Amino acid sequence: MQRRHLLGAGLAVAVAGFATSAMAQAEIKIGEINSYSLLPAFTEPYRKGWQLAVEEINAAGGIGGKKLVVISKDDGGKPADAQTAANELVSSENVAMLTGTFLSNIGLAVSDFANQKKVFFLAAEPLTDAVTWSKGNRYTFRLRPSNYMQAAMLVEEAAKLPAKRWATIAPNYEYGQSAVTVFKKLMSEKRPDIVWVDEQWPPQGKIDAGPVVQAVAAANPEAILNVTFGADLVKLVREGNTRGLFKDRKVVSFLTGEPEYLDPLKEETPEGWIVTGYPWYDIKTPDHDKFLKAYQAKYNDYPRLGSIVGYQTIKAAAAILAKAGSTDTEKLIAAAEGLSMPSPFGEITFRKIDHQSTLGAYVGKTAQKDGKGVMVDSVYRKGGDYLPSDAEVEKLRPKD
Amino acid sequence: MAFYVVQFLTGLASAASLFLVASGLSIIFGVTRIVNFAHGAFYMLGAYVAFTLTERFSGAIGFWGGVVAAALIVAAVGVLVEMVLLRRIYHAPELFQLLATFGLTLMVEDLVVLIWGPSDLLGRRAPGFKGAVDFFGQNIPSYDLFLIAISPIVLGGLWLLFQRTRWGVLVRAATQDRDMVAALGVNQKWLFTSVFALGVFLAALGGALQIPRDAVHHALDLRIIVDVFVVVVIGGLGSIIGAFVAAVLVSELNAFGILIFPKISIILVFLVMAVVLIVRPWGLFGKPEAAARRTPGLTVNPWRPLTSGERLASLVALIVAAALPLVAGNYALTVASEIAIFVIFAASLHFLMSVGGLASFGHAAYFGLGAYGVAFLAKLAGLPMIVSLLLGPLLGLLGAAVFGFFAVQLSGVYFAMLTLAFAQIVWSIAFQWVAVTGGDNGILGVWPEKWAAGPASFYWLSLGIAALAVAVLRVIVFSPFGFALRATRDSPLRSEAIGINGKRVQWTAFVIAGTVAGVAGALFAYLKGSVFPDSLGISLSVDALVMVLLGGVETVSGAVVGAIVYKALNIWLVSQTDLSKLVLGGFIVLIVVVFPKGIVGMLETIRNRRRTPASKPAILTAGIETAE
Amino acid sequence: MSMVPTLLSVQGLSKSYGGVHAVRNVSFDLRAGEILALIGPNGAGKSTCFDMLNGQNTPDSGRINLLGEDTVGRKPRAIWRLGVGRTFQITATFATMTVRENVQVALVSYGRQLFNLWSSTAAYAREEAGRLLDLVGMGAYAERPCGELAYGDLKRLELAIALANQPRLLLMDEPTAGMAPRERIELMRLTAQIAREKSIGVLFTEHDMDVVFEHADRILVLNRGSLIAEGSPEQVRGNPQVRAIYLGEGLVYDARHREGAGA
Repeated sequence: MQRRHLLGAGLAVAVAGFATSAMAQAEIKIGEINSYSLLPAFTEPYRKGWQLAVEEINAAGGIGGKKLVVISKDDGGKPADAQTAANELVSSENVAMLTGTFLSNIGLAVSDFANQKKVFFLAAEPLTDAVTWSKGNRYTFRLRPSNYMQAAMLVEEAAKLPAKRWATIAPNYEYGQSAVTVFKKLMSEKRPDIVWVDEQWPPQGKIDAGPVVQAVAAANPEAILNVTFGADLVKLVREGNTRGLFKDRKVVSFLTGEPEYLDPLKEETPEGWIVTGYPWYDIKTPDHDKFLKAYQAKYNDYPRLGSIVGYQTIKAAAAILAKAGSTDTEKLIAAAEGLSMPSPFGEITFRKIDHQSTLGAYVGKTAQKDGKGVMVDSVYRKGGDYLPSDAEVEKLRPKD
Repeated sequence: MAFYVVQFLTGLASAASLFLVASGLSIIFGVTRIVNFAHGAFYMLGAYVAFTLTERFSGAIGFWGGVVAAALIVAAVGVLVEMVLLRRIYHAPELFQLLATFGLTLMVEDLVVLIWGPSDLLGRRAPGFKGAVDFFGQNIPSYDLFLIAISPIVLGGLWLLFQRTRWGVLVRAATQDRDMVAALGVNQKWLFTSVFALGVFLAALGGALQIPRDAVHHALDLRIIVDVFVVVVIGGLGSIIGAFVAAVLVSELNAFGILIFPKISIILVFLVMAVVLIVRPWGLFGKPEAAARRTPGLTVNPWRPLTSGERLASLVALIVAAALPLVAGNYALTVASEIAIFVIFAASLHFLMSVGGLASFGHAAYFGLGAYGVAFLAKLAGLPMIVSLLLGPLLGLLGAAVFGFFAVQLSGVYFAMLTLAFAQIVWSIAFQWVAVTGGDNGILGVWPEKWAAGPASFYWLSLGIAALAVAVLRVIVFSPFGFALRATRDSPLRSEAIGINGKRVQWTAFVIAGTVAGVAGALFAYLKGSVFPDSLGISLSVDALVMVLLGGVETVSGAVVGAIVYKALNIWLVSQTDLSKLVLGGFIVLIVVVFPKGIVGMLETIRNRRRTPASKPAILTAGIETAE
Repeated sequence: MSMVPTLLSVQGLSKSYGGVHAVRNVSFDLRAGEILALIGPNGAGKSTCFDMLNGQNTPDSGRINLLGEDTVGRKPRAIWRLGVGRTFQITATFATMTVRENVQVALVSYGRQLFNLWSSTAAYAREEAGRLLDLVGMGAYAERPCGELAYGDLKRLELAIALANQPRLLLMDEPTAGMAPRERIELMRLTAQIAREKSIGVLFTEHDMDVVFEHADRILVLNRGSLIAEGSPEQVRGNPQVRAIYLGEGLVYDARHREGAGA
């Protein structure tokens, strides 16, 4: 009985647990949120990336003499939990800004939180165009090239193919849907002669690959657009290989060249898919060499794309903080808009118009080398070249 | 034509793993009445162990030996789990075993990442089954043909086992009547253990056989467990042939469904289950369950309203809770608001489960509907917050009225699964109907108005509504309606014989519970400022179940404590560690063993024991109703 | 006799399961205040008969007229509303409530307060429940948890519940099954006394012939679904067919060939 006593006791415990600690003067805190427990395959390399960045920044004297501290929280893949974490970081930890997130809906949830609470948010990985366009707000910036940008990069190559009959396979949620929509739109603009003969929408993470492969094959397309990734991609590729779906067909595939998705394919890796990705083994720029050496030295492992994103997120955050010379949100926004900085992929800029960074991606072809999947013939595509005109962006973005 | 034949065969191959896992679940349920949530975890472990073994040992013997050895190793783990954990709680209230196996599942999810690392693993292809067979120009993977063959072999093997061995006869007898087997003097302990081992073996074998076509990763369990439950229920609980037919049915409907509706996969199994349960309430091959017998060994303490002293104490506690903003910061207050909201949600499910005896596996549907109700009203219609808060839960009421009508026609696990199906249908509508609901990107910007925007104001609002909701539910428990509801739960036969329309009473209770859940959802939308399909999802429904069971299902308001403990712990763990699932799962397993009646249930037992040191052993005859 | 109204009139009641005749063309009447026993060996069709009268089962053919209403196809709860109380072979009570609450629920239902969400049940018809419990000698146990009662007390409680709707007819399926001999006689004496005082008709099935012959006004004998004898205890006691059934298997075989000859 006396449940309310317990209620009181429970809350008292909660208070004790969440009591705010005195903020250390010589630190600048950044709050970081990601789906560590739900998506460890993608977030572990990401975490290593940002930890490396923190180490480098502090070794070089921190930000304006203050030590950079990143407080990292897990969102478990749930938008509601991400908001709880965001709230803790902002209210209890008094972080200067929020960063991170992987899934699009979590990115949007934190972005909306940032807008409401007037906190600076640097979205790291979520791809949905909504983050910077239809649901964009002045507090939110994004690092990674968006769905639209990746689609535009792929369309550039895809349009050169002779194939006229196209089929699509994409996970049945917002990311898959918008990737297909944008790809179709841009592709049809360049190639009005194309017909779309089939589309398959397996549930994310639950593809029943055999029937899907059969259904696509039955439509007899000349080329296929794939948006699945992770375990779904593995199943799809295996079934497709065995059933000969990819034989004599061109395949264009989102993100498949990223080591996170390509490595598990091993000897199943299909030849000649046109993909976006990260061929860390082939990039010979001084910026990247420096990053690669530091990363390999620290972790005795090669970087994934997540490592780049994690690394650059914190580097960008530090650059913004350094330029602002303050942790005031308005000053951070002013500092970030139009700010250029180096990255392992070369110089990037956070655009003033939509807060999207111009970080690009590598476009190339998949191949097998010693039983491992690699990207060949890859070329870096600058993000800035694959965005719509300013006038169009103005229309897409709500007025602040 | 060849295409359709191949598509059919492909569907059969997909059915194989579903069938293997489902048959194991069905056997375990049939004999032990355990709803084994960890079955998916055993499937996943089977895949991981098989991956390790087949990588380690090369050649055909290495592969096939590895697959079988993996299933055996995991079965041994299953035996350990049964002996160390489940044996202690067979006499706990129904569904408490679900809580234990849920805790295990959480632990396994983190453990496999710790052991095998975070990356997706690609297993070897099966020696001898690497290529494809040409069928009139269509390719069929030879491994698919192997899988197609394995289901009937397993089915036949199980048939022989059950028909031709003494053990099998005992298992069949136990499936039909557990008490009879006990009366026959059979060593029930070892019967249960061996049945559990067989079930786990089949699950692990199903997982191990997937490595040539799937990637091994730490989310395999959740991917399969719900589908498997659905297959078992469609087929009829305890029926192996039913599981086989249902697995084939579901897989074939999916294989051909995607040709016409490419987006059907996401919801197909639940649609099939809802239709089957409405038309055939015990599944395709199931039999009507004998009236549930009360688990012996439980002391039944009649409920009573709070005494005036306890009322005063509750009021004091409420005042203390209301004083929280004096000492706590913004974050603590927001967390406290969230806890208060989950107190409402858990209390609503508790009302349905505990008072009504109806364990819903899809209670989040009404929570989420309330949340979406608010989002529509506030965001799309632009109504003020007070109006939205009052009207938003009506969407939960409406959903509960429609779905509850069908659900209360069933009972027990079938009721639970139909509620789950409805919740998944609502979820998929929210997920798919992007134009209205925003799909998985949700509806943003549902922030409270100024008067409630401050963390303290919102906390007081949530606390006030939570106190009101719990109080109102308590009043209903002790109202004539509450007694009618308990009467229907305790003895359907007797309540019908004293003029109670049980279905209507339960339907009303369902609507009340759904509406209160809707209130919680409405507040939640404002707390988070947004609504996502997650708030209709399975994991939220499971959370609510856990809170109720943790608090104690046989108590009047145990869910209040269950919600506070579970939610506070969950938020704290997620904030403190990436291994929150491991710790939380371990905590749940510990609670189950230490407090088999839930936290409040155990406190009450201790108190009662102190009050009446030597109460007579209960003669629990009620509930032993045989429908002649 | 004709002054006493007929409570229950059964005509040509039949029910079969897959070709097996569980009940075959059974007809009888029951008058107010009368205590009528329905006896017969196991599988004679007593329970099927009872379930059809109670609405748990629907006859294939035949008519049941209860208090002037045709009740075939009605649900048990509708039949209860007509004024029929029921006890079960294996007691059916509400194990998680106190003894008093068990009776109160029935009173709540009788008072049509089932969908009252607000008032306190504890206060509802407290005295009335107490009176009913006193009537069956359970007054002292009113606040005890039902789950702790001895079996004989549960039987009494069931009787109190069955009396809550001021029934005109009581249907009691094996009211003394599982009780000690002394308890049996007490319970039936109590039932008979209440029935006579309140002019309630009682139809009961029973295995214990001592109970039957001591308390029944009239006896119906059922064998293999058919009514083979009907009359006062003396008449039935003297009936050779009945004696045959109750005396041995060999004679039962003979009796089968003369089915329907009785009554």
